[in-house]
Amino acid sequence: MKTLLVAEYRDGKVLNSTYELVAFAEKLGADSAMFLVGSDSTLPAYTGTLYLADVGKYSEFNPAVHKQLLLDVIAREQPDMVVFAHSSYGWDLAPRISLALNAAHISEVVDIVDGVPIVPVCNAKLRRAVKAKTAQMVLSLQGGAFGLENEPSGSPTVIPIDTDTAAQVEFCGYEEAEAGGVDLSKAGVIVSAGRGIGKPENLAMVEALAKALKGEYGASRPVVDSNWADHGRQVGTTGQTVSPKLYVACGISGAIQHLAGMKKSEFIVAINTDKDAPIGEVADVLVVTDLKEFVPALTEKLKNL
Amino acid sequence: MKILVCIKQVPDMESKFKLNGEGNWYDGTDLAWRMNEYDEYAVEQAVQLKDQLGDADLTVLSIGPERVKEMMKKALAMGCDRGAHIADDDFFKKDPFEIASVVAEFAKDKGFDLIFTGMQSQDRGSGQVGVLVAEMLGLPSITTIVDFAFDNGQITAKRELEGGMKAIVKTRTPALMTCQLGLNTPRYPTLPNIMKAKKKELLSIPVSELLKVEAKQETAKMYFPEKKGGGLVLEGSVGDLVDQLIKILKDKTAVLA
Repeated sequence: MKTLLVAEYRDGKVLNSTYELVAFAEKLGADSAMFLVGSDSTLPAYTGTLYLADVGKYSEFNPAVHKQLLLDVIAREQPDMVVFAHSSYGWDLAPRISLALNAAHISEVVDIVDGVPIVPVCNAKLRRAVKAKTAQMVLSLQGGAFGLENEPSGSPTVIPIDTDTAAQVEFCGYEEAEAGGVDLSKAGVIVSAGRGIGKPENLAMVEALAKALKGEYGASRPVVDSNWADHGRQVGTTGQTVSPKLYVACGISGAIQHLAGMKKSEFIVAINTDKDAPIGEVADVLVVTDLKEFVPALTEKLKNL
Repeated sequence: MKILVCIKQVPDMESKFKLNGEGNWYDGTDLAWRMNEYDEYAVEQAVQLKDQLGDADLTVLSIGPERVKEMMKKALAMGCDRGAHIADDDFFKKDPFEIASVVAEFAKDKGFDLIFTGMQSQDRGSGQVGVLVAEMLGLPSITTIVDFAFDNGQITAKRELEGGMKAIVKTRTPALMTCQLGLNTPRYPTLPNIMKAKKKELLSIPVSELLKVEAKQETAKMYFPEKKGGGLVLEGSVGDLVDQLIKILKDKTAVLA
């Protein structure tokens, strides 16, 4: 079994998701080579062959050009699997590669059981075992699904690569995340509001509970998208990653992107009317109740302790 | 300007799911159906662009059984001009490659200047179809957009990246965009617009007229994940639950010390 790992590079750095790809190949006991549009001054900690295209020349986001660079390497390496992180870079590039290769692309893989990729369905309420009907396979892996056993180490054997393909889009730079939020990663207790709070006025009760527990309040993505809370309060892959002593999820169903941002919390309490909500998978305690009654009652009792 | 918006009907994610008889998808009976959340942003962006330009023709497309027409009427009431329903009772067995091929086959000779899709569906969630359609049609595509501006054929979009960072990307029409949550504020259809939508064109085309490829992957089986062991489930009256939780927090954490 031979894998080609598609490393990620952003804003001058190799991203940690790259090492999850290495962990995946190790778990499979597969040989690997790596592809990166990056820089020879910041190489990934990896032992093996690295096909390296210069990011200064090809830019960090340039799908048509990255596609051609990668297809050239695939033609050379003939891997059984081309492996991406299921991230903003991976889900953009992987379908382009699968179509060009005429290969199956299986997205958001969380596990491999008996050689068959497993993917989540319906907000992770269900799982699906997916069989490729093509010999070659493209996979994109869910962040955090394949953890690092060891600290990444090694230095790669670099093979420089080039192409003269024309770009289809122009990458004009980055816009930083909005400032002004609190640094939730420093909070000992976080009480977060999800869509289940029902209306923006109910954020106040979540805030009050956070205060009673001497913590900060956070929010899930839908709450931020509805402008009920600032982006600076968002927990999850597109917000902050936190690991407090206590995380209380109020009316949060537990989308994968939210879980990725909080599942390393020391103790997790979920308050939800839905007993089957995916948040139950990571919660130490799931309180099945209407948060609109329970949260104020809990806050009151805590104040009088 | 001709615009295509591709939407999908999905179950409410709060539903109690059951498996179908073959064990390869969820059972479709007794579910509440709605427009895929990501696609609502796609429809809204197309309608906003039409408002900006004053003159544009918006086609909304969906693949699925008869029931998807209800959701398509909502898109028409939001401001789309015509609907193309690709009738397919076996839609859930088709892989992203087949679905994209059907859309591309429909779109190929129609000269769409812009195509909007959601960045993924809430049920299958492959995130592939939009990009595949663009690649099949030879169009540039920008995925996961949270901001969109159009000026005289020039598109400036912001892609959402991890950690809240955004990438600013430009391209020109014809092109395809896949829409992320938060891109805009999808409108609620007004009653007069719901009435008007009833008179709009909504054609059904059998999927067999557009499907010319075979799947590259198939669902071997579908199942419920095992619950993580050790998680305690508390049920009962609010007063009892409060007392139980406070006791647990005292025993298991140091936050009440």
